[in-house]
Amino acid sequence: MVGQSAIGRSFTPVTARVEPGRLRYFLNTLGERNPVYRDELGARAEGYSATPVPPTYLFCLEMINAERPFEFLTELKIDLARVLHGEQSFTYHAPVVVGDTLTFKSRVTDVADKKGGAMTMVVVQTEVTNQHGAHVADTARTVVVRN
Amino acid sequence: MSETANSHPAVGERIVHKTFPPITRHTLALYCGASGDHNPMHVDIDFAKAAGFPDVFSHGMLVMAYLGQALTDAIAPGRIRSFSTRFAAITQLGARLTCEGHVTELIEDKGEKQARLALTTKDENGEVKLAGAAIIAL
Repeated sequence: MVGQSAIGRSFTPVTARVEPGRLRYFLNTLGERNPVYRDELGARAEGYSATPVPPTYLFCLEMINAERPFEFLTELKIDLARVLHGEQSFTYHAPVVVGDTLTFKSRVTDVADKKGGAMTMVVVQTEVTNQHGAHVADTARTVVVRN
Repeated sequence: MSETANSHPAVGERIVHKTFPPITRHTLALYCGASGDHNPMHVDIDFAKAAGFPDVFSHGMLVMAYLGQALTDAIAPGRIRSFSTRFAAITQLGARLTCEGHVTELIEDKGEKQARLALTTKDENGEVKLAGAAIIAL
């Protein structure tokens, strides 16, 4: 069972370039036809420097590019078969567009037992910066571990 | 984007609404690759059964991606300040999802006029799968 001692634990930073082909695969999978994600000239007309990424794509960029996508689970000795995604949040500070190179830095910010210890909620917060050092987003995921 | 929400929405107004085709095993396989989330729970029925589930089920983040798509059909991506959700229930294969967003509050942050939205994703039986929120710049 994950204990309070996990709070503050940080993980290997992930560097991710926003590649157009990978992004197109995501858009096609979702049936996303919105031209803002596909038409670079249109995106520029809207004030972006290139086509922007969809609002949940930051989560994918981190997993696609991580050497060990489930590092936080293995490091905390959590069995992948016993986790569910409980909550997810994104706070956006600046646009992320095709061609950017992002750095994701994650750490555990909370661990709480629920239902008399039948479940443990683990919160991992991630700070996202771009190639210019700009802080572009903060994300937080809560995983529910079935003990 | 041509279809952005009215810049003076009213509290209670529904400004996000989109329905999606049923989630298939093919969708889950594609999303596994596209998202980098290779958790076998969503594509390998043997793994799901061994973990105590009757079948594979959707990635929560696939469902959130659909909700995000519904959101940015109405609101340009650059106007979204935050987007969050709770995964209220597992989304099963075959689910036909409807995503909606209503204005709950008009607010101001550092001089920027914003709206807070309550977001939901429900399946064809009306069961809430995602209960979320967003803050958008007006």
